[in-house]
Amino acid sequence: MIIGTLKENFSGEARVAITPESAKRLSKLGHSVIIEADAGHMSGFDNRAYEASGATIKSDAASIWAEADVMAKVRPPEDVESLRHRQTLISFFYPSQNNELLQAAKDKGATVVAMDMVPRISRAQKMDALSSMANIAGYRAVIEAGSHFGRFFTGQITAAGKVPPGKVLVIGAGVAGLSAIGTAISLGAIVRAFDVRPEVAEQIQSMGGEFLFLDFEEDGGGTGGYAKPSSPEFREKQLELFRHQAKEIDIVITTALIPGIDAPKLWLEDMVKAMKPGSVIVDLAAERGGNCEMTVADQKIVTENGVTIIGYTDYPSRMAAQASTLYGSNIFHMISELTPNKDGILVHNMDDEVIRGSTVTHNGEITFPPPPPKMSAVAPPQAAKKKEMTDEERREERSAQFRRSTRKQALLLLGGTMVTIAIGVVAPASFMQHFIVFVLSCFVGFQVIWNVNHALHTPLMSVTNAISGIIILGALLQMGSSQNVVLILASISILIASINIVGGFLVTRRMLAMFQRSS
Amino acid sequence: MSFELPTGAPLAIYVVAATLFILSLGGLADQERAKRAIWYGMAGMLLAVVATIISAGINNFAIVAIMVLVGAVIGTFVARRVEMTGMPQLVAALHSFVGLAAVFIGLNADIELTFVQSYVGAIETLTGFSLQLAKKTAAEIGLLKVEIFLGIFIGAVTFTGSVVAFGKLAGHFDGKPKKLPGGHFWNAAAALVCLVLGFIYLNDGGLWTLILIALLAGAIGWHLIMGIGGADMPVVVSMLNSYSGWAAAAIGFTLGNDLLIVTGALVGSSGAILSYIMCRAMNRHFIGVILGGFGGTGDPISNVEGEQIAIDADGVASALTEADNIIFVPGYGMAVAQAQGAVSELVGKLRRDGKTVRFAIHPVAGRLPGHMNVLLAEAKVPYDIVLEMDEINEDFAATDVVIVVGSNDIVNPSAQDDPHSPIAGMPVLEVWKAKQVFVSKRGQGTGYSGIENPLFYKENTRMFFGDAKESILQVLRFMD
Repeated sequence: MIIGTLKENFSGEARVAITPESAKRLSKLGHSVIIEADAGHMSGFDNRAYEASGATIKSDAASIWAEADVMAKVRPPEDVESLRHRQTLISFFYPSQNNELLQAAKDKGATVVAMDMVPRISRAQKMDALSSMANIAGYRAVIEAGSHFGRFFTGQITAAGKVPPGKVLVIGAGVAGLSAIGTAISLGAIVRAFDVRPEVAEQIQSMGGEFLFLDFEEDGGGTGGYAKPSSPEFREKQLELFRHQAKEIDIVITTALIPGIDAPKLWLEDMVKAMKPGSVIVDLAAERGGNCEMTVADQKIVTENGVTIIGYTDYPSRMAAQASTLYGSNIFHMISELTPNKDGILVHNMDDEVIRGSTVTHNGEITFPPPPPKMSAVAPPQAAKKKEMTDEERREERSAQFRRSTRKQALLLLGGTMVTIAIGVVAPASFMQHFIVFVLSCFVGFQVIWNVNHALHTPLMSVTNAISGIIILGALLQMGSSQNVVLILASISILIASINIVGGFLVTRRMLAMFQRSS
Repeated sequence: MSFELPTGAPLAIYVVAATLFILSLGGLADQERAKRAIWYGMAGMLLAVVATIISAGINNFAIVAIMVLVGAVIGTFVARRVEMTGMPQLVAALHSFVGLAAVFIGLNADIELTFVQSYVGAIETLTGFSLQLAKKTAAEIGLLKVEIFLGIFIGAVTFTGSVVAFGKLAGHFDGKPKKLPGGHFWNAAAALVCLVLGFIYLNDGGLWTLILIALLAGAIGWHLIMGIGGADMPVVVSMLNSYSGWAAAAIGFTLGNDLLIVTGALVGSSGAILSYIMCRAMNRHFIGVILGGFGGTGDPISNVEGEQIAIDADGVASALTEADNIIFVPGYGMAVAQAQGAVSELVGKLRRDGKTVRFAIHPVAGRLPGHMNVLLAEAKVPYDIVLEMDEINEDFAATDVVIVVGSNDIVNPSAQDDPHSPIAGMPVLEVWKAKQVFVSKRGQGTGYSGIENPLFYKENTRMFFGDAKESILQVLRFMD
């Protein structure tokens, strides 16, 4: 199959869908790659690098549209005029917002794989372009904040005096949030983080952040690892927490998004006003209206009290080389999933959960929205705690159990007694004397053996080997016989029992001597 | 030997010997006490044997001396030479001796009985065991025959069963379960025939019935153990341990010897408890194990998603350098590869670097209860860093690196996650909770039980393929 990539013509877009590196890997899957001239220029990949990795350079987009079986892009195309029947388009597509484009692609009979629709399951992580981009956004948010923040992140004690550490608050601990936490921590800042999903507390702590705990009984987790809108009471509590933090915090990075609706307003005007001059707010939700009331999308503004609010929406393009490398790799993995036999032939398996989930049009039909994913990428919130038993119930449970075991023991004793009496009736007295010894020995044995250390089970076996050589007594007693057969068999028995006794004891001793306490 | 002890003296010595045996077993509660307790066992045995020889009126002292001497030489030789990895085989072999001796002594008792019953001279001219037999009443003789029957039956099953177990453990037989078509039907049928023969014997059937019983019981033992897979060997060996005890106890009844009864009962209950512990550790019923295990029978379950990611010695070495808290999980594979020395060396180095290193031992790791402990002790790993499953299972979550050396089923998460797994419900070591798991393994195959292990596909697991000993030595080289 021929895979084509165009120069992105959306203004400010610096990324490219295929890098020289991913082009080389694609050719190993049996595909050939054609690429528009200068497509990688903004990301720092020149035409020669593409040629070196085996890709063909073409200067006009139209011929690439005409030739390629698969078109790989970053942004969704402005229109689908050039899209052909049975052609496959792989790019970000945002199907819920681009209804017209979706219809048009369907009418063309093309297959569209939306990179933003990759299901969030473990197996699909290598194709999860949203996470790749969010990771970059989180990192870049800290860097942007730092470049507008007039102080160090890390606290220092220098000859010239003491520098307090910067305090960073991250709201929303998705991929971008966690990435921001990690970046800020590694720069030396004190990082606090908040999320409506209590189960991410552990992830925040694993990155080195401090989870701001809200004492409120509500779980903000929706399906697929995303958050869901919260109740007004919860929101009030949350804002109160932020208001409290606003006085202390130097840098706020907000990343809170809820699928399908505008970004929730979490950092209100009064909080901005309460912040110290020189503080920075980076609003990663600016594209969807912003988490901060005062955010202006795509702009950096400075408020009257000297707080900088950054509303950029193009973080990946600000780090185009990194973003393209990650996105190119995501695209490669997606095409690799679509080429299961590594023979350059596309197999669009709609039974595969990942492919099904990402495909929005196929065979002249709209296949969006996909059926809900079977598994969630994040650990499900801990199952509801087992109902606490009251003391009374517990007591009852215990006494019931005790009754059960008493009944069982009584039955066993009764049965045992009956059997013993039955034996006593038929068996002569001499046998019963031995029988008493036998039964008592069994009990002694059980008591003694239960206390044996598990680590010494092998020596236990070998020492029982040795003492079961006591059977030699039987053979010795028979050596008085006047019959030759008896003598021969008894002699053999003595021989092998002696092996048991001597071998068993010696090997046990050898083993036990090896057990050493650490010095 | 002409001088006689008073009649009560040997019995008194038996009491002392029995006490010493109990103490020697009880001493195994603790490694240090055990080193002392073993001497009690030896002393008890010496007392018992000497007292019996003196009191039993033996005319063939020379033969006894020669036999004991030869046996002692062989025993010493074996005990000195055996490799610690070969302990399971040795234990199985020693069980078979007890079984065989029980059969012989049982047969002897019957021959002697027939002789006494047809003896025409005065009873007083008889000595020792014959005299004892001649004094028995009819009811006692009936019971004696039951005891002989039991002794021979259990003895024969123990003998052939242990021979098969020995063969499997030593690698002379294939470890996979093998059964005749019809399976346990034959065992049941043979047991039934034995029972019928037993009745014939009670009604004066004669020696031939006993020999037939011995042969049939032998066949049962053979077939029964042939049908059990390698992974179940710890249970099998402890079960045979138990049987050898019961056989000795049955012979004790036959001969009216209380010391034999006491010792047999001690050994029998010891083996029974070990079997119980092993079964519980595998969450299997004893009957289920005996009636044939899963080794090789079940279809391997292969619905595990993902891929196994390999790693080289360099990677393992650098992860170990970074880690503070390390747990090793050894299994039978370590014994096979003789890797315990290399492991011990690596552990010594890590400990010198100030890291916390421990071992987690699953009760059924290896082919013998406590097998791993002995191997590690041999390799001079201090026993206080070798912990049981229950002691350490909680700690995996706080562990940086777990190294699994040649174990498989005992670290299989499907025992907890997959209710349809053949090992569902078996307690396992929760190694996957650690930050990183390295699995040292020969190749990609499944373990003895043939069950796929999802651990190998987990994100925090890396497969370290190759011979365990070689692999660990390589890591050591990179650590320097």
